[in-house]
Amino acid sequence: MTVDPKGVLTGHHYLDGDHACCEGALAAGCRFAAGYPITPSTEVVERISARFPMIGGVFIQMEDELASSIAVLGAAWAGKKSMTVTSGPGFSLMMEHIGLAAMTETPVVFVNVQRGGPSTGLPTLPGQADMMQARWGSHGDYEIIALCPNSPQECFDLTIEAFNLSEKYRVPVMFMMDECVGHMTERVIIPKPEELHVVDRKFTSRPPGEYLPYKVYDGWVPEMVKAGDGYRFHITGLTHNEVGYPAMNWQAQEKLVRRLIDKIRKNADEIAMYEEADTEDADVVVLSYGITSRVAMRGVEMARAQGAKVGTLRLIVVWPMPETKIREIAGKVKAIVVPEMNYGQVALEVERLAGGRTQTVLVPHGGGTVHDPEAIARAILEVSR
Amino acid sequence: MATVELKFGGFGGQGVILAGIIIGKAASLYDNKDATLTQAFGPEARGSACSAQVIVSDDRILYPYVSSPDVLVAMSQDAFTRFSPEVKDDAILVVESELVDTSGVDPAKRVYGIPATRIAEELGRKMVLNIVMVGFFTAVTGVVDREAVRRSVRDSVPPSTINLNLKAFDKGYEYGRKVLAEA
Repeated sequence: MTVDPKGVLTGHHYLDGDHACCEGALAAGCRFAAGYPITPSTEVVERISARFPMIGGVFIQMEDELASSIAVLGAAWAGKKSMTVTSGPGFSLMMEHIGLAAMTETPVVFVNVQRGGPSTGLPTLPGQADMMQARWGSHGDYEIIALCPNSPQECFDLTIEAFNLSEKYRVPVMFMMDECVGHMTERVIIPKPEELHVVDRKFTSRPPGEYLPYKVYDGWVPEMVKAGDGYRFHITGLTHNEVGYPAMNWQAQEKLVRRLIDKIRKNADEIAMYEEADTEDADVVVLSYGITSRVAMRGVEMARAQGAKVGTLRLIVVWPMPETKIREIAGKVKAIVVPEMNYGQVALEVERLAGGRTQTVLVPHGGGTVHDPEAIARAILEVSR
Repeated sequence: MATVELKFGGFGGQGVILAGIIIGKAASLYDNKDATLTQAFGPEARGSACSAQVIVSDDRILYPYVSSPDVLVAMSQDAFTRFSPEVKDDAILVVESELVDTSGVDPAKRVYGIPATRIAEELGRKMVLNIVMVGFFTAVTGVVDREAVRRSVRDSVPPSTINLNLKAFDKGYEYGRKVLAEA
């Protein structure tokens, strides 16, 4: 673990979430970014374009989101930590390369500052309706990791975590902000370089000739090399064998794709990050993520003032879901209330995990602003009667 | 003070957002408070309406938006007309007195006016009118400590303009003290 102090803007700052995300990427060691600016994520790339060249990084404004999303994969294979930044319409264009990143096990971070959709929707206003797209948007069966920050401070902290997870599991990580968090300005404390936890890429120590790019020597993922370091390797979106060459048969498919799935699913409890409070003797638990988790707290306080016994579970890592934890909660409460800025996405997964042991109550909101906390309070009170 | 909700409104180009950022930064970095700033993002450009909302609190701020301002700082008639109906009954209204007509305002509300644009012009640059307003706001509301705001002004403006901006801040602050003394 080595942190390049050049990228760490240690100190107390008053930053918006977009700018904090850029600083998190720099602190994590990201030195390549490509993007096609789009509201409400523009401020991320604006700051990247000013900051990266000053500390030896590279930013390229590409011709579109397809090009941006493939450029970051190329940079990863050249040995850099890399990231692209977008919002809904651009995220749709990037789906193809999210699948390619999953298949080729390329560590890379995709930032999506969510706005109201579908299509061009509400460019300047918040939404959380890309959550299922982040999970399933590319074709084929694969797993990704997705994180949802709820403050500018977390836009800094969790961008580092996004890079750490992408390196550890060699997986594309979706950093799912929203317009409200992205454009919200608050205090952001950036620690000293030596206080940061940064995961480095696992490069091979094997000599060329002995190294196989898709052989798992240890743990869940293969070791990487840098293009130009004298190793022969081959990367393809086709189903491949340990050498990295196409292998068009069911055995190779089973071996490869099962591992792509298992490396995340079987480590879901270890990847899980959540905040749990007051669930011990709760009748109702409010499960939320991103900005909605802050809005929900006001609803929770209103319901408590009327006597409801409410606990909270805030997902920080949304994909994969903390299945063990949700099942445990489902076994002991009357209902799980899920407010989200869409018409039912994460709530559907919660319902599946609850498995009929408790009711799951969605509090939908189409986006454009955050929930009215009273709507959340009403839902809590209704089910706690 | 538990929680105070502030709204800054004016037209694009007046430095409305920067005024909000300076107050939020002063509270959260130099005055032991928390401050959350959100801004109305629309297809806004120079000359059209624009606003910043700042919540200042001794506690952790959860809900991010201002619902009913305790203080409205209006630098244009349009902003005043749009936002004054939202304020609390006992709100403080801080206005650019030569740009905003407050004659119809409910007498329960405290109204403080300053000719910030003219003062800025007298200082040599109309651009610093927002900093004059920030100084005036600091004096008449007492929401954030004076030294904290001064320090925030210093590290929020281009280095070559620090002295001018501090002068603008002091002018606004002194004017506010005078208005308070007369009230």
